[in-house]
Amino acid sequence: MTLAEAPLIEVEHLTMRFGGLIAVDDVSFSGRPCAITAIIGPNGAGKTTVFNCITGFYKPTIGRLRLRGEREYLLERMLGHEIGQHARVARTFQNIRLFPAMTVLENLLVAQHNKLMLASGMSVFGLLGLPVYRQAEQAAIAFARDWLERIGLVAMADRPAGELPYGAQRRLEIARAMCTEPRLLCLDEPAAGLNPRESAELNQLLLSIRDRDGIGVLLIEHDMSVVMSISNHVVVLDYGRKIAEGPPAEVQRDPAVIRAYLGTDDEAIDG
Amino acid sequence: MVGARLPLMLKDAALTALVAAALGVFIVGFHTVDIGSRTGLSFDFWFADLGVALVVIFLGRLGLSLAAEGLRWPAIALGVVMLIAGISPLRLPSGFLHWFVALGGALLVVRAAWPWANQAIAAGAATPTGRLIDRIGNQWAGWFLLAVAVLLPLTPIGDQKTMDLGVLILTYVMLGWGLNIVVGLAGLLDLGYVAFYAVGAYSYALLSTQHGLGFWAVLPLAGMLAASFGILLGFPVLRLRGDYLAIVTLGFGEIIRLVILNWVDLTSGPAGIGSIPGPTLFGAVFAETAPEGKQTVAEMLGVPFSSNQRLIFLYYVILGLALVTNLFTQRMRRLPVGRAWEALREDETACKALGINPTNTKLTAFAIGAMFAGFAGSFFAAKQRFISPESFTFIESAIILAIVVLGGMGSQIGVVLAAVLLIGLPEWFRELGSYRMLAFGLAMVLIMVFRPRGLIAHREPSIRLHPIGAKGGG
Repeated sequence: MTLAEAPLIEVEHLTMRFGGLIAVDDVSFSGRPCAITAIIGPNGAGKTTVFNCITGFYKPTIGRLRLRGEREYLLERMLGHEIGQHARVARTFQNIRLFPAMTVLENLLVAQHNKLMLASGMSVFGLLGLPVYRQAEQAAIAFARDWLERIGLVAMADRPAGELPYGAQRRLEIARAMCTEPRLLCLDEPAAGLNPRESAELNQLLLSIRDRDGIGVLLIEHDMSVVMSISNHVVVLDYGRKIAEGPPAEVQRDPAVIRAYLGTDDEAIDG
Repeated sequence: MVGARLPLMLKDAALTALVAAALGVFIVGFHTVDIGSRTGLSFDFWFADLGVALVVIFLGRLGLSLAAEGLRWPAIALGVVMLIAGISPLRLPSGFLHWFVALGGALLVVRAAWPWANQAIAAGAATPTGRLIDRIGNQWAGWFLLAVAVLLPLTPIGDQKTMDLGVLILTYVMLGWGLNIVVGLAGLLDLGYVAFYAVGAYSYALLSTQHGLGFWAVLPLAGMLAASFGILLGFPVLRLRGDYLAIVTLGFGEIIRLVILNWVDLTSGPAGIGSIPGPTLFGAVFAETAPEGKQTVAEMLGVPFSSNQRLIFLYYVILGLALVTNLFTQRMRRLPVGRAWEALREDETACKALGINPTNTKLTAFAIGAMFAGFAGSFFAAKQRFISPESFTFIESAIILAIVVLGGMGSQIGVVLAAVLLIGLPEWFRELGSYRMLAFGLAMVLIMVFRPRGLIAHREPSIRLHPIGAKGGG
């Protein structure tokens, strides 16, 4: 097994209970670097719960979440913000969470907070206006500008993020997550609410993130055209359990998956 | 068409007057008077006052309805009649009624003319010159206000009364700017800000009266003490959000006040601390005769003594302190930590996902805000020369918060305007006696009606990729 094939993230026996409800039940899968791993399933299958466990918003009831970087990070033991800061896992949200009153550029600079905070000497160098900080800030702006070019929003850089059209907000949220320079990017339904053209653009963006930036992507998606055309590996959840896993073409033909999505014949007849 | 609506409007106005009468008859209509020890209390009837007030309320309501229907001229005419009746030598039963009638009339005129003014402003702002003026206004308003503030003591207007008021307003401007970091930028609703003000004030009062330290030596100490109180409070409570945080900070403000009130050995409790020395200028004191081994400022500068010198000096000290607060905040806003404050206000969950430590970021905002309150507090103690727990009640926190919110959250100039309006106006109307709080309330209501998002709702980006104008500028 070469390094590139070694899994970036390993989810082992992940279980999440809320009181009596088991939202995720003993799910294991792994995601490789330079690959898009899609998690699909009907509504309420526990996809977003898996994400919330990986990104530290929930503490898993049972299970281990291993991320390989320079060292191994056990995500279930880290605090929410540490996962972003040290393990370098970035995410987007199902309902977009930008900083609406701040400009597009400011959104991308906030994403580079920890890097800039160090460069500003915890604000001391920054307050004194030392060149160390100013250079770091220029570099951060250049980095943000690169991303603005990739998502086609350079002209909108000084507009409040909340004023952007919906599709642009989606792309900006992805760019913001990428500005944290992550190892693993978790996207929660990035194609929701996009028209076919925007959806195709999104596919291109995600492929370029996989190939150019060489990071691992975890993707929750309902839009099967997106899932089937760009993902390398698909994990299917239903009622909190993993019911299938494999390359997209294979999963598509899996009887269990078809049953989960379309219902069995019997159920269809019974209504 | 109007004829058909008129009976309805009259009925509505009459109903309003009736409600006012029901409320007012016991509050305004009767007064108890002491008619000697044997017979006890008796009633004094003020029905004439009540009658005049009800007529004004009836006419005012009618005028408002007319204005709402688009009949501006009748409404304006009604307003003008009321205004004239108010300021005319006509003998109304009390002086306050003159104010009431005149203000009511003026408001009616403003309300009726408002759509025109609004249109004219909107049309003016849309033209290129309008946009230019707007931009110049944004850029230079601050400098203009600063020039006025610096030159004020040198002009003939700068008499004792104005200077006193100026010092008071600037103290609130400084407190407003300090709280703006916490509430306006970081979005943490702090209802106990006055606690840190009290910590600063008592730090200076105790250190100067008991250990003989000077104002300038204590100033940084007071700031640090207040900041450490901020951190002390912040650690346990900053994981709370919104309303919960507001309640806990409210409690903390009261705790500090009660500790000061009850720790009599240290703070002499409700009696307060007196004879606090004022700030010195290069070691020279502001007094007619200097104490042993000291020099008065008048001697040092070789000018005759005047009681105004101390006041003008205090004015410049607080102006300087306020400007330091402002510059510091402006600078912080452009640094990563400042952007993180604003991001935290916008969406804490997203901040966490980006790897920003919310607790540390909130703590810095809380501590820095507290520090400036500490500075302002020690200035307050040095200016008043006497402090007691009465100066640090919840209403102070509420006023400072009102200044920040009404000014427009996060706007520095907005804080100045709101402080002038909310502190200056009631002081200006001091002749009205206990009715002057009406001016305070009126200012608040007017701002909320006409500028619901605060006086200055515009947010200037902390950084731009494309600077405005080819040459950039200020």
